[in-house]
Amino acid sequence: MNETIRELLTRVGGLPVAVTELEDGADLYAAGLSSFASVQLMLGLEEAFDIEFPDSLLNRKSFASIAAIEQTVSHILKAREAA
Amino acid sequence: MSLPAFAADMSLSARAHRVATVAAEFADRVDHVGRFPREAVDAMKAERLIGIQIPAAFGGEGASITEIAEVCSILGQACAASAMVFAMHQIKVSSLVEHGGDSEWHRDFMRELAGRQLLVASATTEGGIGGNMRNSICAIEVEGDTCRLTKDATVISYGAHADAIMVTSRSNEKAAPTDQVMTVFKQGQYSLQKTVDWDTLGMRGTCSDGFLFRGEAPSVQIFPKPFAEIAAQSMLATSHLLWSAVWYGIAADAVLRAQAFVRAAARKAGGTQPPGALRLAEASNLLQLLKAGILSGLRIYADAKADHDQLSSMAFSIAMNNVKLASSETILTIINQAMIICGIMGYKNGTPYSLGRHLRDAHSAQLMISNDRILGNTSTMLLVQKPDTSLLG
Repeated sequence: MNETIRELLTRVGGLPVAVTELEDGADLYAAGLSSFASVQLMLGLEEAFDIEFPDSLLNRKSFASIAAIEQTVSHILKAREAA
Repeated sequence: MSLPAFAADMSLSARAHRVATVAAEFADRVDHVGRFPREAVDAMKAERLIGIQIPAAFGGEGASITEIAEVCSILGQACAASAMVFAMHQIKVSSLVEHGGDSEWHRDFMRELAGRQLLVASATTEGGIGGNMRNSICAIEVEGDTCRLTKDATVISYGAHADAIMVTSRSNEKAAPTDQVMTVFKQGQYSLQKTVDWDTLGMRGTCSDGFLFRGEAPSVQIFPKPFAEIAAQSMLATSHLLWSAVWYGIAADAVLRAQAFVRAAARKAGGTQPPGALRLAEASNLLQLLKAGILSGLRIYADAKADHDQLSSMAFSIAMNNVKLASSETILTIINQAMIICGIMGYKNGTPYSLGRHLRDAHSAQLMISNDRILGNTSTMLLVQKPDTSLLG
């Protein structure tokens, strides 16, 4: 999952720094993630993992770092398995 | 004066109305020469309206955004420029109140602001960023306990008349353009060199000149939170809501003038319906829609304030964007209707039905953060956001 997220981030993130140099916990907004790019990232994640982000998770916190994204996506996948 | 009478006299609305009387008296002169509404702002200070949002623990009154919006609308009916200066100041104060509580310096500044009624301006716009305040070119330089900042600020509303300015910048020399902080500079800690004149169609009294800002202050005056958070959690909502309240005030006064015109015509017409009567009914309908939209926005904000996740959610941003879009466009329709109703008496300056100033002031609404930019942001969010279609939700 971490790899897929990093791949997407490289493709749509438009960051001024190399994604490979970012730590999992690094603040993506501070690294230059724009709100437009973050939406592109969400769309890419929905497609890649065949999920839909519920409105309650569509906030800055859920997408603040690679680790946060992993957590958000896992949370949705787990909730689906449980259902 | 009896105690109940004194209490009524000291209510927020009574104080706002007294300021509005002063603002109304000078509104045409302020507009005509494009000068700062000094008399109205002095009256705000005398009535101690400048510090109302500061919590009581720090010497203010802890006024809510809803109460402040009411003051904005009262002032907006008298002089839009004065009302806008008040609104912009309160937007800066909301950042202080919502995001400064954890820092000792900012708590002290709240006390000082309430005590001395300090007027705070904002320097978020910069040459070269293309109007997007969530980007900065300039960077703050921190050396030991001191910070220094130079900014080519293309707009600082009432900058030359403020007691303090909150300035955005990149957080350090190496930071990305979106990695921003905001710093409070007090008068005496900065110099302003005027670079651009504010000579505009309307809102002439906000004196939103451009300046080369140079400041040096203790680095504790930098807000401890990233500007991105401040912008999303307090500025977005308070800007759209308080601006809308000012605009509502302009439109409400226009409808009032149109109604006075129709009434006078009806008295003379002796039993027949004057031609503007139907249009007045339409204008009153639109004014109510405008009011309903703003009130619903204020309620959404009050609810979201209790839950920080909601404040930074897309649904909330979209709702606030929609309030701004709707009110900035509706006021133009309303004031134009009022102008058609009043006819040449509305078009002319210096009559009791004059609407030129209202119309010119109202035209700024679509441009204060361009509606096209806001539509663009909303359309991006709608690609992923799932709307709540319930009536009460």
